[in-house]
Amino acid sequence: MEYDEVVAIIGGTTTGTTMSNLAVAEDAEIPFISLAGAIDIIDPVKPFTFKTPHTDRMACQKIFKDMQKAGITKIDMISGTDGFGAPMQAQCKAVAPDYAIEILTDEIYDPKDADMTAQLTRVKGTEGVQAILNSGFGRGPSIVTRNVKQLALDLPFYQSHGVASDGFIELAGADAAEGVRLPGTALLVADLLAADDPQKPVVDAYKAMFEEKTGTPVGTFGGYAHDAFLIMTDAITRAGSAEPAAIRDAIEATSGLAGTTGVYTFTAEDHLGLDLTAFRMLEIQGGKWTLVE
Amino acid sequence: MSELLQFLLSGVTVGAVYALVALGFTIIYNASDVVNFAQGEFVMLGGMITVMAYTAGAPLPLAALVAIVATAALGVAMNKLAIEPARGAPVVSLVIITIGVSIFIRGVAQLVFGKQIHTFPAFSGDDPLHILGATILPQSLWVIGGAVAVFVGLWAFFTRTLLGRAVLATSNNRLAAQLVGINTPFVMTLSFALSAGIGALAGVLVTPITMTSYDVGLAFALKGFAAAMLGGMGNPKGALVGGFLLGVLEGLTAGYISSQYKDAAAFIVILGVLFFLPQGLFGRKSTDRV
Repeated sequence: MEYDEVVAIIGGTTTGTTMSNLAVAEDAEIPFISLAGAIDIIDPVKPFTFKTPHTDRMACQKIFKDMQKAGITKIDMISGTDGFGAPMQAQCKAVAPDYAIEILTDEIYDPKDADMTAQLTRVKGTEGVQAILNSGFGRGPSIVTRNVKQLALDLPFYQSHGVASDGFIELAGADAAEGVRLPGTALLVADLLAADDPQKPVVDAYKAMFEEKTGTPVGTFGGYAHDAFLIMTDAITRAGSAEPAAIRDAIEATSGLAGTTGVYTFTAEDHLGLDLTAFRMLEIQGGKWTLVE
Repeated sequence: MSELLQFLLSGVTVGAVYALVALGFTIIYNASDVVNFAQGEFVMLGGMITVMAYTAGAPLPLAALVAIVATAALGVAMNKLAIEPARGAPVVSLVIITIGVSIFIRGVAQLVFGKQIHTFPAFSGDDPLHILGATILPQSLWVIGGAVAVFVGLWAFFTRTLLGRAVLATSNNRLAAQLVGINTPFVMTLSFALSAGIGALAGVLVTPITMTSYDVGLAFALKGFAAAMLGGMGNPKGALVGGFLLGVLEGLTAGYISSQYKDAAAFIVILGVLFFLPQGLFGRKSTDRV
């Protein structure tokens, strides 16, 4: 960093690499925008560290808020034991009381399992369950979705942002996925955004550019890097200087900057800059995504 | 009552998958005492090639046939290119070679098929069948039927046909088998083709339930291997019983105790069985003259 006269860093796609970068950046007092998920990166706030992806906790809060609106207070949670499902399970359990939600049954499955009807039969036999929440990634959530239909569990069914892609509908089958709700980012439902949506221009531009260049559909992860770059260039322009301290102050003063993940407003106490509007509540209807709000 | 039945049906569904994979281990093991850790990759290829052929427009039965034949050919190639050149090596070295082959196949599959998860439609629809308040998917019946059919076929092959006995004789003593006129290189080639074909058939039958991606092989191989060890390596009856037993144990533990202990309970039972019956439930007792 000293040799190259680095003034700012974007990077750290995993929580592990971010944590080791973070110590170096903080020591050298160089602004650092991380692309990793864990809430520990910015909680407690460190002066020079920021991040662009939303957290598992926000996904839980978004889901619980939607449940609260529907008058749901007692739920089952079924989670994969993988690196996505387990941390989200812990975050959801931590914030559930804030929304007056009681987790009656807390089931888990191995992401490689072929059948989850045993766990779901326990849910069926539990008195008072009003909704099911599945946190997981990959094949597991699709199998859970099919098993819910197989057992005719007629309850509101929530999935996590881990499966917010067209692949999920295809794997679970449009029939079984009917009515499933989950929080997703604007990037994945670019076509559904209202014309006056603040994120619409940036999402459309990024999607068009990415798909033309690579020929593959956009993913949420590329969007994190896009947003970090956007925040950094915006801050450097406003600072009018390439001094690390000036850039840091300008990033912290970012306000209402629309990215692909959400609209960023940083403060001295908030180095994530997103609120729950970064997530859109989606529902699958007739094999297609629809916006609930 | 209907809860117990649902736990059992869940266990039988999972167990049939394990049994079908475990059956694939038996032939190569019987011919050469080698546990083929690339068996899970054969299962993956069966599902994956079917997906590719099906999305390319082939009808499902044809796609499945293509997958089974192609995977069997790959099994033969594996024998010719990786196992035969190392023929004189101890069994442990051959087992390590199969692990290498499995890593190689997984790597190539990742490049050829991509990292996406795939599936194809169930053979008889997705409407669950209701039995006394519990449910089972028609595809599970296909898997159970497939496992039983492969078991009957293997049992007849090893006990009723000359060729099957030639396989057993080759395993027992390769030199003696050659001396009585058994073409042992052909027996080895045949055993790899059959094992790979059975693995691919397993992949075709289970993919509508479990879905498939380039990296599912390892999980199949581990659980199938555990089932085969529980029942007795090399014995088709052991593979069948071991698979169903493992599945039902998992289902009952997840249902009555906790899903957290599902895998642990199954492995504790396996450890317990192997402690008292090191050959597994139906394994052949080996006596060595010293």
